[in-house]
Amino acid sequence: MSDLHFKTISELAAMLAAGETTSVEITQAVIDRTAAVDAQVKAFLSTDTEDALAQAKASDERRAAGKALGPLDGIPIGIKDTLAVKDQPLRCASKMLENYVSPYDATCIVKLREAGAVIWGRLNMDEFAMGSSTENSAYQTTANPWDLETIPGGSSGGSAAAMAAGEAIATLGTDTGGSIRQPAALCGVVGMKPTYGLISRYGLVAFASSLDQVGPFARTVEDAAILMEAMLGKDDLDSTSIAPQGETNYSEALKTKKGPWKLGVPQEFFGEGIDPEVKANIEKAIDWYKSQGCEIVDISLPHSELAVPVYYIVATAEASSNLARFDGVRYSHRSEEAKDAMTLFTKSRGEGFGDEVKRRIILGTYVLSSGYYDAYYLRAQKVRRLILGDFEKAFEQVDAILTPTSPTPAFKRGERADDPLAMYLSDVYTISVNLAGLPAISVPSGFTESGLPIGLQVIGKAFGEADMFAVANAFEKAHDYAQQTPTL
Amino acid sequence: MQYEAVIGLEIHVQIKTRTKMFTAAPYEYGAAPNTLTDAVVLGLPGTLPVLNHTAIEKCAKLGLMLGCEIAEVCKWDRKNYFYPDSPKNYQLTQNEEPLCIGGKVEIELPGPSRNVEGEHRWVALNRIHLEEDPGKLTHEAFETVIDFNRAGVPLAEIVTEPDMSSSAEAVAFLNCLRNMIVYAGISDCDMEKGQMRCDANVSLRPVGSDKLGTRTEMKNLNSISNVKAAIEYEIERQTEILEEGGSITQETRRWDVESGTSFSLRSKEEAHDYRYFPDPDLMPVQMDRARVAELEAELPERPLDKQRRYQEELGLPFTITSVLCVDRELSEFFEEALKTHNAPKQIANYITNDLLRELSAVSEHGESAHSVSQSKLTPAHIATLAKIIDEGVISKQIGKEVFTEMFQTGEMPDAIVEKKGLKQSNDTGEIEALCREAIAGNAKAVGQFKDGNEKALNALKGPVMKATKGKANPAMLDQLLKKLIDEG
Repeated sequence: MSDLHFKTISELAAMLAAGETTSVEITQAVIDRTAAVDAQVKAFLSTDTEDALAQAKASDERRAAGKALGPLDGIPIGIKDTLAVKDQPLRCASKMLENYVSPYDATCIVKLREAGAVIWGRLNMDEFAMGSSTENSAYQTTANPWDLETIPGGSSGGSAAAMAAGEAIATLGTDTGGSIRQPAALCGVVGMKPTYGLISRYGLVAFASSLDQVGPFARTVEDAAILMEAMLGKDDLDSTSIAPQGETNYSEALKTKKGPWKLGVPQEFFGEGIDPEVKANIEKAIDWYKSQGCEIVDISLPHSELAVPVYYIVATAEASSNLARFDGVRYSHRSEEAKDAMTLFTKSRGEGFGDEVKRRIILGTYVLSSGYYDAYYLRAQKVRRLILGDFEKAFEQVDAILTPTSPTPAFKRGERADDPLAMYLSDVYTISVNLAGLPAISVPSGFTESGLPIGLQVIGKAFGEADMFAVANAFEKAHDYAQQTPTL
Repeated sequence: MQYEAVIGLEIHVQIKTRTKMFTAAPYEYGAAPNTLTDAVVLGLPGTLPVLNHTAIEKCAKLGLMLGCEIAEVCKWDRKNYFYPDSPKNYQLTQNEEPLCIGGKVEIELPGPSRNVEGEHRWVALNRIHLEEDPGKLTHEAFETVIDFNRAGVPLAEIVTEPDMSSSAEAVAFLNCLRNMIVYAGISDCDMEKGQMRCDANVSLRPVGSDKLGTRTEMKNLNSISNVKAAIEYEIERQTEILEEGGSITQETRRWDVESGTSFSLRSKEEAHDYRYFPDPDLMPVQMDRARVAELEAELPERPLDKQRRYQEELGLPFTITSVLCVDRELSEFFEEALKTHNAPKQIANYITNDLLRELSAVSEHGESAHSVSQSKLTPAHIATLAKIIDEGVISKQIGKEVFTEMFQTGEMPDAIVEKKGLKQSNDTGEIEALCREAIAGNAKAVGQFKDGNEKALNALKGPVMKATKGKANPAMLDQLLKKLIDEG
């Protein structure tokens, strides 16, 4: 059985149901593919093939006993290193958690297990999810499978690259300012961030609590929908999780919701800083929707230019507090030079954290400090409300919003490594969505002349995942970008 | 110049709940170190707090007991600081929007003697907010060990206005506060177990001035006698400085029990910047007004109100009410007994004299303090005893013997009287004969009685009682003796 590792969840589910393959075969195909290509891609921080095959075997036995659980039963799914999986390392790609093993499963992992999925491997990321290129990992730099000299995006770069390289059937990432959608676009796969609260954050190592969301990477919109259906729901362990509202049978909605839709295009997203090839590609995608009878509405998101500064205040403030627990006292890195409580904290943190994490902790500590709180944090929260207001106003007119996912295709490794501000602009089209708590998906929309993938972002209303999926699915089905794979 | 002290207190009270503030981990004093923790208590990566609504309700009840207004909405803030006993290195507390606002507590100052009621006045409160307790550090010779059992236990912080002017007032306040809290079942307020801890803010100002002087804060006073000693020491220390023309430094001080002195911990300049901000992991709590009304209806009568009522309605003296009303259990025992036999004075006497004496005797011999509920006696025992004395079935003298017996065996008094044959003798013939003997044998006493000395009669009663083993009806005996002397 060849190329099982590049098949979709829905294809494999059909094959499993028909007895044409087994979970052990699929898992073994993924393991073999990883063994073959990961030396080049470096998507995985660790794998546990024995454990994965044991889960696959259990799935096959379930199926043989007539107790198969659903489309995810037996499907190997790679996990970003920031999500807790019981008895697996949880390092967040940081030296700080070098020897830490999680004693429990994140809620999203519990739900995937309940759906029969095979939990497979720990995927590389920017340390503590801070970055846009996966160059901030303390362990390794992941390559973009389409061009090994370029970055895969970040912070869920490992999750995106593993998908593009066929090292998993689906993966999970987390998205705080675009950390799923931007690498999905740069790696030519589907990546989706749900409405804030739709998926529990319990077991997701917090970067910025009010922005973080777990979400899927998949080959197709339909696969992303299947994963979402398995993971959504109010969780008693996460007070900010919310009971789903409206249509949640997404894979069914893909079949029934046909459009035409009213689609908003924010002019602010096509100005300065956008790569001409990306711009042309997204305009072409918009034209396609128009050709299908959709009404394209020019909308304005006037406060979107403030999204990046607001994000770097809110996210760093929360991060400075969330990361305070990594202090060398209990489970995190402890400096050998620690002499007393104060040096235990300062030396352990100084040694354990990388530069980008330190930069953000310092920034966050500053914006929360007394005398500056009102000027920065409080004001940022007010602007955040204005940004949400812009979206709410736009959604009075349209069903979904179309934008580029990333202003540029994948850039060369090291190109922006020393220029944090340039790096921060990688997420300029995704950040406002996190600030507003909305769902958004990136679907492959073509390639640059040099063969690098480009992504189209479809932004939905709060809890409007069903419509958002349907809009993205229509485009995907009419094009073959999602079926293309890099040569490795 | 004459100075007067201005004192404000901050009291931390551990709220009695089955589980901790933000997780289902249990709490119990004295458990083996680090056995009452879970992933949330330890702040493990990925964990999130979930609110314990019982703690909120108990704190609201505390607020209602102390006359506070209960907020429509209360919120959670993070107080950020590094300390090894703090698993997350931030404490969840209510900075901006506490649960209980304002309030006032009636206090009773000590009277001129134990038997005389002192002056009553009110102390105003600023607020009561909820927060989580940190863990406990124990410093040993060359190392410090941490027990996280206490981490996450709900604490109510009661903040008074600077409304007291002497250590006596502060002590009276703490005593009254403790009685009320124990009454309402919110905490046992055992200071030895850390269930109640106090910080004292002290400043001085010239008598007659209404401006506040510079204050110092004395941290973590863990007994009422320490509060008293620390305040007195601080008043003396500040007075000396001011009288010598110096000025007070705003600082935090630690009371040293051993030396009976305090020393500076940190000055205002070194004070922490806690970088408070709203916790993004917890939603604001909307207080259900109907539920608040229910909680208010469940409140017990306040101890000083009850004391007043006993004095006014039941005509009990202060010496008795001050003992009876300090303990809710005791006063409820008393009220229950009244339902069987409505003789407040007799029953109150039995409880405050005999019962408490027997209980403390048991405590002295036994292990821990004995409470009413642990004794074999029920309100019915005491009421029945009072009743059979009132009915003349036994004498008061015999009553004491019956009391001791029923306290030890738990048998009902009437059964004891029956079993031991202690019923008063109403056999006039026998008693009359004994009386004649007594009169004949003690002419001196007869003479004294005739001269108007009523007490002389006792000398005649004695032998009769002795001969009847105390069973002679004293009233009858009295009557008979007088009659026979008159006749003779």
